[in-house]
Amino acid sequence: MSLNEVGSMIAMQGFSGLSLFTVLLLMALGLAIIFGQMGVINMAHGEFMAIGAYVVYLFSQLTQNYAPGLREVYFVPAVVAAFFVAGAVGYVVEMLLIRRLYKRPLDTLLATWGLSLAMQQFFRSFINPKEVSAELPEWLLGAFNPTPSIQVPRNGIFVMGLTILVSAGVYLLMLKSRWGIRIRATTQNRVMSSAVGINTDRVDRFTFALGCGIAGLAGAAFTTIGSTGPTSGSLYIVDTFLVVVFGGAANLIGTIASAFSIAQAQSLLEFFLTSAMAKVLTLMTIIVILMIRPQGLFTNKLRT
Amino acid sequence: MQLLFIDRSRALRGAFSTVLCVTSLWAAFAGAGCNKSSASTSSDPAASKTDKAAPASTERSTEATSTDVMTPPGVEKSTLKAADYPTAKVMTTGLKVDDDSVTVGILHSTTGTMAISETGSVQAEKLAIAQINALGGILGRQIKVIQEDGASDWPTFAEKARKLLVNDKVAAVMGCWTSASRKAVLPVFEKENGLLYYPTFYEGLEQSKNVFYTGQEATQQILASLDWVHKEKGAKSFYLIGSDYIWPRTSMKIARKHIENVLHGTVVGEEFAPLGNTQFGSIINKIKLKKPDVIFAAVVGGSNVAWFKQLNAAGVTSANQTLLTISVTEDEVLGIGGENLTGFFSSMKYFQSLDNANNKAFVEAFKKMWGPKSVIGDVTQAAYLGPWIWRAAVEKAGSFDVDKVVAASPDIEIKIAPEGYVKVHANHHLWSKARIGKAKADGQFEVVHESDLIEPNPFPKGYQ
Amino acid sequence: MSHLTKKLGKADLLGVVVLSAVILVLFPSVFGIFRLNLIGKYLTYAFVGVSLVLLWGNGGILSLGQGVFFGLGGYCMAMFLKLEASDPIATKIQTTPGIPDFMDWNQIVKLPLFWLPFKSLTFTIIAILVVPALFAFLIGVAMFKRRVGGVYFAIITQAVALILSVLIVGQQGLTGGINGITDLKTMHGWDIRSDSAKYILYYVNGALLIGCVVFTRWVLSTKFGMLLLALREKEDRVRFSGYDVANFKTLAFCMSAVMCAIGGAMFTLQVGFMSPSFVGITPSIEMVIYTAVGGRMSVVGAVFGTLLVNFAKTFFSEEYPDLWLFLMGATFIAVVLLFPDGLAGLYDRYGKPFVLRRAARAHSKPKATEPNVAVATALESGGKHG
Repeated sequence: MSLNEVGSMIAMQGFSGLSLFTVLLLMALGLAIIFGQMGVINMAHGEFMAIGAYVVYLFSQLTQNYAPGLREVYFVPAVVAAFFVAGAVGYVVEMLLIRRLYKRPLDTLLATWGLSLAMQQFFRSFINPKEVSAELPEWLLGAFNPTPSIQVPRNGIFVMGLTILVSAGVYLLMLKSRWGIRIRATTQNRVMSSAVGINTDRVDRFTFALGCGIAGLAGAAFTTIGSTGPTSGSLYIVDTFLVVVFGGAANLIGTIASAFSIAQAQSLLEFFLTSAMAKVLTLMTIIVILMIRPQGLFTNKLRT
Repeated sequence: MQLLFIDRSRALRGAFSTVLCVTSLWAAFAGAGCNKSSASTSSDPAASKTDKAAPASTERSTEATSTDVMTPPGVEKSTLKAADYPTAKVMTTGLKVDDDSVTVGILHSTTGTMAISETGSVQAEKLAIAQINALGGILGRQIKVIQEDGASDWPTFAEKARKLLVNDKVAAVMGCWTSASRKAVLPVFEKENGLLYYPTFYEGLEQSKNVFYTGQEATQQILASLDWVHKEKGAKSFYLIGSDYIWPRTSMKIARKHIENVLHGTVVGEEFAPLGNTQFGSIINKIKLKKPDVIFAAVVGGSNVAWFKQLNAAGVTSANQTLLTISVTEDEVLGIGGENLTGFFSSMKYFQSLDNANNKAFVEAFKKMWGPKSVIGDVTQAAYLGPWIWRAAVEKAGSFDVDKVVAASPDIEIKIAPEGYVKVHANHHLWSKARIGKAKADGQFEVVHESDLIEPNPFPKGYQ
Repeated sequence: MSHLTKKLGKADLLGVVVLSAVILVLFPSVFGIFRLNLIGKYLTYAFVGVSLVLLWGNGGILSLGQGVFFGLGGYCMAMFLKLEASDPIATKIQTTPGIPDFMDWNQIVKLPLFWLPFKSLTFTIIAILVVPALFAFLIGVAMFKRRVGGVYFAIITQAVALILSVLIVGQQGLTGGINGITDLKTMHGWDIRSDSAKYILYYVNGALLIGCVVFTRWVLSTKFGMLLLALREKEDRVRFSGYDVANFKTLAFCMSAVMCAIGGAMFTLQVGFMSPSFVGITPSIEMVIYTAVGGRMSVVGAVFGTLLVNFAKTFFSEEYPDLWLFLMGATFIAVVLLFPDGLAGLYDRYGKPFVLRRAARAHSKPKATEPNVAVATALESGGKHG
């Protein structure tokens, strides 16, 4: 094998790691808000992702049936719509269910588990019990070749771009906007926040909806790399929680660092070992590190 | 950021109108595109969960079958009359058979991760049963169905199998999909002396008196396809990849032996991804490093979709790589998307595009019952064979008793089989052909190779 | 205080008696062997429920990895039974007769070392009790010494469950992989598949379960039980009072693990196989839900909760195959929203005052409703999390 090939391989493997990093981060961002900020253990997070994926499928079907000419462009509005649809469902769920459970965080786990069962059955009964696939535009298919021996997946680049956009948005929103201050104030001290005039109910509702919306966005983006089916969401849920917990639940930078380290570890180990061993080793490392630093990689000093 | 603080009622209205808008869009699209989903859940009376011996529902199902179902051409309506086969004579072991009806069980996952795959099998079995009923039933008796949900959980499969056999006394069960579910119910069937028709292509290494395997066993599916790719594509080096469980592992073991000992090629890599794995970036890079002539793949479930989508995105397409898979049927293409598969090869015994009269009638009847957008994969077709094989064996034996049906089964021929023709072997597997299909962008396969009838050999010498 | 505990004890003793009557008398007389065997299977999950009442309801430690211990117990038993089922005559078709069939399929020609001791029933029974306890001890020490608790503990146990299930599925030559260990037939020559064996196993299982229920109630009534409760309410105060909190938590975790393992072993015996699906995440969460439905504070409630959810599951899935997941999901949500203390909470609020009044009337002691107030306060505070 020539030096050039080794170089290309390192480049492609590096990209795989980065790509996995953005995938994990995109999965985790929504949950970092819902679980990290609000303390709600949302086991239906994967199903909110599935909503996003189904929205893209819906758009793809509509395009195919009514406006085949728009195949190259439908994807972008579909992703935006996925955000709003999942967010709207999240808004309603918060109103009907989550609102009553803020004082009992472990119970949110049970209730949202029930919710995820019902949502899966909803997809199965009303959409399709089988897997579906959205017809992707050409610009998302295949690889981009900077040199003849390096192939960079276009969908990977897309997910990466989206992740950067969303992370930046979330970061600005949480740390630089008044709204973010309200969210953080509410989650840190509900009573005080409401005493200084913050409408905590509304903050909760929009925060939850925002988290679900980002999950929908992630789900939409993942139609380019994964499956869309009633149980697709459950493929992601454990990884998502681990990323958030590992990062230190209340800290966005932590989530980013955690997604990065898990992704690099996993993709490197996978290259040299079998996939199963890579998974086991990665998880074990996470657990060991969590034992040493129980509050995750980064902790938010403000929280008690 | 202040903009985000719109007042509550406006926000609420906004949210609701979004929901409404989506719902109506959805309705439009479901009407336009996706009849299948509604058909599979509600619109089929014969399919609805049956009859704890309620006469009304029996009537309904008979009515539905005689008017709605297209029967296979060339099969005469059965002239056998129940009166000539008194219940006391045709059933001596306490099965649920009376003067007008016989009850069978359908046991598949309609919920959980496997529902994606097993839905097609349920549909095919119900179609075959409806057709048999429309043709006069079995020994003059209409078939009633009790359907149970295995819920993609092996202990649940065992529980429901026991329920069907012990509680409901069904005369036969069409069911199971994964090897794990079959292994879970096998002791139950052997203990209670039940009868199982199992539709999936599988790893072999099993032969039970109580099970008939209507799909291919591993050697039927693998050997002919490897020979073909070796001969046609001059393939010498192979990269084997599968999901990490018994079927892919056994299949790859057989493939490796065949490649090394018979074809004198090399296996340059072997990889098993955990079930449910969604990230294939590193594995794909490993494959690129080895540059195999052929990728031989047996990835299943949600992983399968991720595998092919990411393969395509990594620039591995049929233009630069030969890929042969044994885990992609038309059903899987729905999830993967035809554009990600175009030009790759799949080894199965049946493809929806098969050009013969049996298959044309079958596809038409299937679409009439389950909606025009239905697709039919290999396992769906194999599931369709189950009730027909059972019918032929029962009528040959003149009895529903399991022992007699089993004894009568070898050499039963199904001439109306959509795949052309099958014959039951004494080892309870089927003689069938192996076929190679080349994937097209529209989700169908073009058959590029067809073998002769292959004798099933679940315990292949030299491959263990 | 002691007066009050005694009163409570009496009322709860009634629960144990009713439970025993239901399990040992009512069910066997009403149901045939098929349904009874099913109930036996559900009751094995109830071991996990009881263990969670100890660990979660009273200790405030939510483990989402109880399936791991259930699985370990089940696998130990299954290994013993599988070795007995794989005698050289029964497996003569294999390349290597005398080893379990799945090993043969995976080109293993010699029984792996760690399987060998499972030829002995005595060793197996010890292993069922010791292996999970040891494993729980390791996890417990590692976690609790580092003060990992609450949600973090829940999610880490989930990760442990995931690791173990990936390992079991991945090492199929040694463990049977995704299929699990199937086709178990006899135990020391005794056919566990026969109807009579199923009856016997049902009663053994029921008796063991009632034993666990009584044991847990006893544990909770001791000083250790009080400490657990105190831990749940204000861990720091207990720590500042000079107790080594981690040790108590670890002990509770080990106890709960052993109970789960007994349940797992009984599952294997009654159902005839063991599947890696129990080691995964889904069953662990489901079993937490059984407990929540029954009432996380009540040992007896957990058993009834497990039975109820599983009856519902079987009934819904047989009667409404298209709808049953909706119904299950709705049930879980409703329980969490409307009856946070589950069946037992309902009983405490409506049933117990009635029973106590009756009892009081019989003994002509009119102030017997007093404990009810205490229970209500206890439950109220139980619902709160710091």
